[in-house]
Amino acid sequence: MSLEVRNLTVSHGAITAISDVSFSVREGELVAIIGANGAGKSTLLRTLSGLKEASHGVASWNGHNLLKGKAESHVRHGVAHVSEGKSVIPELTVEENLDLGAIWRRNKSEAAATKSEIFALFPRLHERLNQSADTLSGGERQMLAIGRALMSKPKLLLLDEPSLGLAPLLVKQIFDAISDISRKYGLSVVLVEQNAMGALKIADSGIVVNLGKIVMTGKSHDLINDPAVQAAYLGY
Amino acid sequence: MFEFINTLLIGLTSGAIYALMALSIVLVWRSTRVINFAQAGQALASSYFGFEALKYVDSFWLALIIAMVGGALLAAFIEIAFMRVMLKHTTSGPIANVAPIIATLGLLQIIHSTIPMKWGGADVLISPPLSNVGFSIGEETLAFSPMKLAIVMLVTLLLLFFTLIFQKTNIGLSLRASAFSPELARLAGVRVDRIRTLGWAFSGATGSVAGLLLVVNGTGSLSPTSLEFSLLLISGFIAAVIGGLESLLGAVIGGLLLGLVTAFVLMYVSDSLFFIAPFIVLLVVLIARPQGILGKKGGRRA
Repeated sequence: MSLEVRNLTVSHGAITAISDVSFSVREGELVAIIGANGAGKSTLLRTLSGLKEASHGVASWNGHNLLKGKAESHVRHGVAHVSEGKSVIPELTVEENLDLGAIWRRNKSEAAATKSEIFALFPRLHERLNQSADTLSGGERQMLAIGRALMSKPKLLLLDEPSLGLAPLLVKQIFDAISDISRKYGLSVVLVEQNAMGALKIADSGIVVNLGKIVMTGKSHDLINDPAVQAAYLGY
Repeated sequence: MFEFINTLLIGLTSGAIYALMALSIVLVWRSTRVINFAQAGQALASSYFGFEALKYVDSFWLALIIAMVGGALLAAFIEIAFMRVMLKHTTSGPIANVAPIIATLGLLQIIHSTIPMKWGGADVLISPPLSNVGFSIGEETLAFSPMKLAIVMLVTLLLLFFTLIFQKTNIGLSLRASAFSPELARLAGVRVDRIRTLGWAFSGATGSVAGLLLVVNGTGSLSPTSLEFSLLLISGFIAAVIGGLESLLGAVIGGLLLGLVTAFVLMYVSDSLFFIAPFIVLLVVLIARPQGILGKKGGRRA
C-alpha cells in the first residue's frame, strides 16, 4: 500500500497553486509537508481527498485513482482527510460527529469497536459525548476532527494543520497522538504543517514546498539539521 | 366561552395545515439551504395528483399516499433537473445564494401555468373522507369535526415521523450533516447529492399532505388559480420563519401560532384583517425575536 503522486499540477483559475509535484508515501510512513503560508500545502491535500480537481498529473492510493471520482468514494478506499480549521460540525453533538465518520460502514459492530478505541485515545471525547461540538475547546475540537477521520478506519490519513491555533502544550499532545496513531495502526500519514519543527520531530521524512513546488525532500532528522531549512522554517 | 373554544379549534386546524407547509419549507431549507417558493405550486400539483388518483381508487387516504409519492417524485425531479444544475454553475458569492431562490419563483409560475393544460382551469371537487359536521356538545355544535380531528392527528404523526428520522437515523444524520457542512459530509463519505434529493422528496411529500388537507378542510374545490394555495404559501413561509427556519418543531409551533392568532383576530377584531394578520404576526415575532421562536441566537456560520 502506498500513495504515489506524479507530476501533479493544480490551478485555481489562472493561478497555479501546485506545479509538477511528485512524491510517495509508504505504508505506515509519516510524511510532513512543511512550507510557508500559501505554498499550496492545503490545496495538495484537498486534491488528494477529492475536494479539488487536478489539472494535470497522477495520484493514486493503493492503485485507486485519487484524481477520479469524488471525496465520498475516496473515503471508502481508506483515505481520510482532516481539513484545515478544526473540521467538525459544530451544530452536531460529539457523538454525532463521530458517527458521521463511520456512516458509510455497513458493519455497525465494527464501527462501535472503532469508537471505543477512539475513546481510549481521547478520553475527553467520551466525557463530552452528548455535548454539542460547539461547546468544545480548540484542542478538543481537533481531537474530535481526528477521531471523526479515524472512525472510517482509514489506511491513509491526510492532516491539514492540526496544530493551528492551539496552545503549545496542546500542540505537543496532538502531535504525540498523531505519532501514536500512525505507529499503532500502521497508518500512512501526510501531515501538512506550518509548525515545521513539531511536524518534523514526529515524521519519518519531510517535504519542503515553496510557491507550489517541492524544494527539498529528505529524512526528517536530516532536514532538522539542514542549515537552509533551519534558517527558513525552523526559526534558528 | 363557547365562541372562544370554537375560535381556538378553528385556529388549531388551519394552524396545523400551515405547520405542514412550514415543515416542507424547513425540510428543503435544512437539506439544501434554499427557500423553495415553488412549494405552493408543488402542493397544488400534488393535490391534482390526488384528484387524479381518486378516479381509480375509492379511498381518500390511499389517494393521499399516491399524491405524496407523486409530490416526492416531482420535488426530486426539480432538485435533480434544476437545483443541482444551478448549484454547479454558481458556486460562490451572493449570486449563488440568491439564484436558486429566484429560480423557485420561476418554477412556481411554470407549475401554475402547466396545471390547466392537463386539468383545465375550472374547479374540480374532492370530497372529504370524513364528516365536516362538527361534534356536538348538548345543544351546541363545535367547530371541530371528525375531519378536523384527523387533520390535527395527521400533522402530529408527520412531525413525530420526521423528528425520528432526523434525530435517530443515519439518513437523518446525513441530511443534517449535508445541510450544515456539505464538504465535511463528503469527506465522511455521505453521498451529498443523493441526500439533497431525498431532502427535497421528503419536503414534496409533506407539501402534498398540506395541499390535499387544505382542500378537504375547506370547500373541497380545487382550481389552478386557487387563492387558498397562494395564502398557504405565505402562511407556510411566515410560519417557517417565525419558527426559526432550522427547527421542525419550530415550524409546527409557528404554524399553530399563526393559525390561532389569525383565527382570533378574525373573530374578535375584524375579518377585514384576514390578509394583514399573518404579516403583523411575522413583524411582531421578528422584532421581538429576530432568530425566530426556536432559532439559535447569532445564527449559524455559513
